[in-house]
Amino acid sequence: MELDAKILKEILEIIAPFVPAGQQVSEGTDMVADLGLDSLKVMKIVENVEDSFDISIPLNILPEVRTVGDFVMQIQKITGEG
Amino acid sequence: MTIFDKFQQLAAARQQLEQHASDFFNVVVEEIISGTEAIVNGRRMILAGSNNYLGLSFNADCIEAACQAAREEGTGTTGSRMANGTFSGHVALEKELAEYFNRRGTIVFSTGYIANLAMLSTLVGPGEVILLDADCHASIYDGCRLGGAEVIRFRHNDAADLEKRLRRLEQRNTNVLVVAEGLYSMLGDRAPLADIVAVKQKYGAYLMVDEAHSLGVLGENGRGLAEEAGVEEGVDFVVGTFSKSLGAIGGFCVSNHPELNLVRYASRPYVFTASSSPSIIASTRKALQILSTQSQLRQRLWDNANLLYSTLQELGLALGPEVSPIIAARFEDMQEVFAFWSGLLQRGVYVNLVLPPATPDGRCLLRCSVSAGHTPEQMETICRAFKEAIG
Repeated sequence: MELDAKILKEILEIIAPFVPAGQQVSEGTDMVADLGLDSLKVMKIVENVEDSFDISIPLNILPEVRTVGDFVMQIQKITGEG
Repeated sequence: MTIFDKFQQLAAARQQLEQHASDFFNVVVEEIISGTEAIVNGRRMILAGSNNYLGLSFNADCIEAACQAAREEGTGTTGSRMANGTFSGHVALEKELAEYFNRRGTIVFSTGYIANLAMLSTLVGPGEVILLDADCHASIYDGCRLGGAEVIRFRHNDAADLEKRLRRLEQRNTNVLVVAEGLYSMLGDRAPLADIVAVKQKYGAYLMVDEAHSLGVLGENGRGLAEEAGVEEGVDFVVGTFSKSLGAIGGFCVSNHPELNLVRYASRPYVFTASSSPSIIASTRKALQILSTQSQLRQRLWDNANLLYSTLQELGLALGPEVSPIIAARFEDMQEVFAFWSGLLQRGVYVNLVLPPATPDGRCLLRCSVSAGHTPEQMETICRAFKEAIG
């Protein structure tokens, strides 16, 4: 599945406030190793994404998410399911 | 590379914490004097973080019941409830809990943690959904993970957010179990249970409420938040523990659904755990009798809770949103909270020091829990220690 550029852009905007100043973020960025996001910040990002896309993100998918691109892919799957 | 490499981050964090508060990892209760006092690290302490809400861990009748059971039935059952570990006491306690809660059935588990693990991993499975309050206890999260259901959080104490998520699930036409707690263990705040019940009924979901911290604490008869809020009929499953107000260890689930009994046969945490020892069951049965008949204990508990909450509020500490026997002061700065906690220890008062990520919003907590067993003199000492420690 191709990454949806519009969803990627929106996710990057949501993640931006949680990113250390000056850090570049792209689809290949590792959310924990590169951005140092702890579980509380990850859950806050999840809530913001849920609000933005009017979806609920199951906790079950989070172990599958390592990079920003992985996260976008999961959002695409959920929104694709309707 | 070794299997221990993954712990290096923890080791570094521990080392850093030890520099700020060397006592943090070395709290050992060397001698327990009563339900509210102990010798900790050579110092006499008032225990103000023990969850012993009714002070029953040293109740003479409970102790005598435990001793008698140990003498007559031995120190352990050495078996699972499904094998040789169901004694008449386990069955009697299940009956007594069902009567107390006015419910059709009960299952008794060996710990409160196992109660959540067993119920959540068994009731709801693949293809079904659990909607849990974001601030639920780790045992609830772990139970959800074990069962394979889809797990979605709703914002803490936000019934509107819960409704939004139930609405999104409507077209899936699947079973949904909502999970909330009576009193949340970190800040002592109640769930908006009437609102949650209304929403779950509107969408045809099931509701489980963990009354671990509210049993014996809330409601006219101490049955917890569901009783206090007048919505017991709307709660499908109540889980709880014996390790707080009942002063022992163990867990339970009560329900009016007759199928509850079937959970026993399908639940691995129930089937593959040794059952509670006879002494635990005997003291719990006695404690349940006391809890359900001696409402003055609850009154004393609330008097103490009101006193400590108002004292800490007057000191300008940032507290949880409402008075309860769990009173937590929030701190932004880790060094400040360590210094405060150490100051209380030096003044002979033990409270829980809770650090992120175990706290709800990433802040540090000094978490107190008061007891009906705290005497007026002990409450005065606790309040004075806070006044002095704040400087």
